[in-house]
Amino acid sequence: MVERLLMKGNEAIGEAAIHAGCRYYFGYPITPQSELTAYMAKRLLKMEGAAFIQAESEIAAINMVYGASAAGGRVMTSSSGPGISLKQEGISYLACAELPCVIVNIMRGGPGLGSIQPAQGDYFQATKGGGHGDYHLIVLAPSSVQELVDLTIKAFHLADKYRNPAMILGDGLLGQMMEPVQFKEFDKKSIPSKEDWVLGSCRGREPRKIVPFNLDPDELERLVNKIGQKYQEMKKEVEYEAINMDNPDIVIIAYGTVARVVKTTIQKAKKEGINMGLIRPITLYPFPYEVIREAAKQVEQILVVEMSLGQMLEDVKLAVEGQTRVSFYGRTGGVVISPVEVWEHVKRLLN
Amino acid sequence: METLLKKVFTKPKSLTETPFTYCPGCHHGIVHRLIAEAMDDLEITEDTIGIAPVGCSVFAYLFFNCDMIVAAHGRAPAVATGIKRVKPDNIVFTYQGDGDLASIGTAEIVHTANRGEKITVIFVNNAIYGMTGGQMAPTTLEGQMTQTSPYGRDSKTMGQPIRICELLSTLNSPAYIARVALTRPAYIVKAKKAIKKAFQFQLDGKGFSLIEVLSTCPTNWGLSPHEANEWLEKKMIPYYPLGEFKSWEEGC
Repeated sequence: MVERLLMKGNEAIGEAAIHAGCRYYFGYPITPQSELTAYMAKRLLKMEGAAFIQAESEIAAINMVYGASAAGGRVMTSSSGPGISLKQEGISYLACAELPCVIVNIMRGGPGLGSIQPAQGDYFQATKGGGHGDYHLIVLAPSSVQELVDLTIKAFHLADKYRNPAMILGDGLLGQMMEPVQFKEFDKKSIPSKEDWVLGSCRGREPRKIVPFNLDPDELERLVNKIGQKYQEMKKEVEYEAINMDNPDIVIIAYGTVARVVKTTIQKAKKEGINMGLIRPITLYPFPYEVIREAAKQVEQILVVEMSLGQMLEDVKLAVEGQTRVSFYGRTGGVVISPVEVWEHVKRLLN
Repeated sequence: METLLKKVFTKPKSLTETPFTYCPGCHHGIVHRLIAEAMDDLEITEDTIGIAPVGCSVFAYLFFNCDMIVAAHGRAPAVATGIKRVKPDNIVFTYQGDGDLASIGTAEIVHTANRGEKITVIFVNNAIYGMTGGQMAPTTLEGQMTQTSPYGRDSKTMGQPIRICELLSTLNSPAYIARVALTRPAYIVKAKKAIKKAFQFQLDGKGFSLIEVLSTCPTNWGLSPHEANEWLEKKMIPYYPLGEFKSWEEGC
């Protein structure tokens, strides 16, 4: 039987990464994800053939990731909003050079130095590229500590599969909370061989060059289109949770921490005779446009709830294509939305 | 039949057949050749991974006969760190200009040196930004005119030129730090020796090594190749003295 452990979210991500064969971590402390950096130090510094570096900056950390990935290492970095902003240049290079890695963003209130409380204001940055140029990250949004574990493992798998950086988009609440988790047996054979592209000794083969630029417009266009093709293929990785979608009075769309809050509201609503549905995107990129589009055909009201001014809202509207009414409820600044607030808002909408 | 002809000079194996893209009189070509000769001599070509910078030498990846990666501006030491930590048995070097290493990448070079990463850094200091067309570098000399110091570098508002070898030598961790020039055959011989020593130190696992190569940029200095060599000797060497600043044998 698989053992159940009580773990803090940030530490669970670290253990999941190691469980998935990650042996290289480069990062810089920032609240509310610092326990993850500390956890990786504790584990990797004692591990043969592994490396942990507390980098001089987020910029250095992501470039260490770039080097380690080019050399074939299963590698991770983590941060929170301001640090993720600093990493953007390097993330764009990773995407262009088609180097896999996992980047964890435990979101806090922004913009600027913002706060250290949970928020979801980095949705645009995570799902729309974030750095310069045409690219996307694979973005996974956990809403429990168990999902932090499962999706971290999955993020490594998807990053390798598509040779593209993958991001875990959590928030300070998930990072700091404790829940029981299980680690299922990990199949090491699921890690694909990278021997046909990584840098190393070129004995018996042509020297390899990893070059994130091309001054010939036609050639660079070919590369950008090739990367663009991957985003099309990624669509089949869409994952979401749908709850109570049998003839609902209203459908809520929320991810991460907010989706947990909404689940509590659903119970409350049931007692009051209101049937609230929930669609929780688990992959934020690729985004579950189809399921939302289908839902929009059948319901009169969609409410998007986020800890932001309304960012995922734009993707929901793209999915809905004007077929039904879409409204929004959000809090910012590190204020965590309560089930009562959601309920009050739902009641107003239905009246 | 035994031939009386003996080959005394040839292109190093560690260089590809791709012709250099550098301007006439620029020293990048010599620096590339010396690195390649050192790789040949030490028989490390096939185990070497190079990191090209942003700048004129961004194309260095085309010229070396080993695995290469192009880094973001200034980040080559961080990229090298990542590679070396995954592949500790490979020889890893960065090739960086003065804007790359001494301006935008100052944090990376200082901390990579301070961690004593077992990599070799070839730092090409030509006191100007080449690729972007001749702007002021952190190593531009006082009074030197560039696009962005059109009235000459004024130390009151632009600071004084940074001496990287001296700066990094204040750290305990680096194993080998030296500054060389290429304006005379004797200097070139010394430069070759220093570069080879830097790679040898890495092979021996002694730690971080950096060779600063004083170089010319005739195009952006507005001088002929010959005048550029003279300018380098007259102006740069007095401010940037040649020699070894730190060497493992001296017990650092």
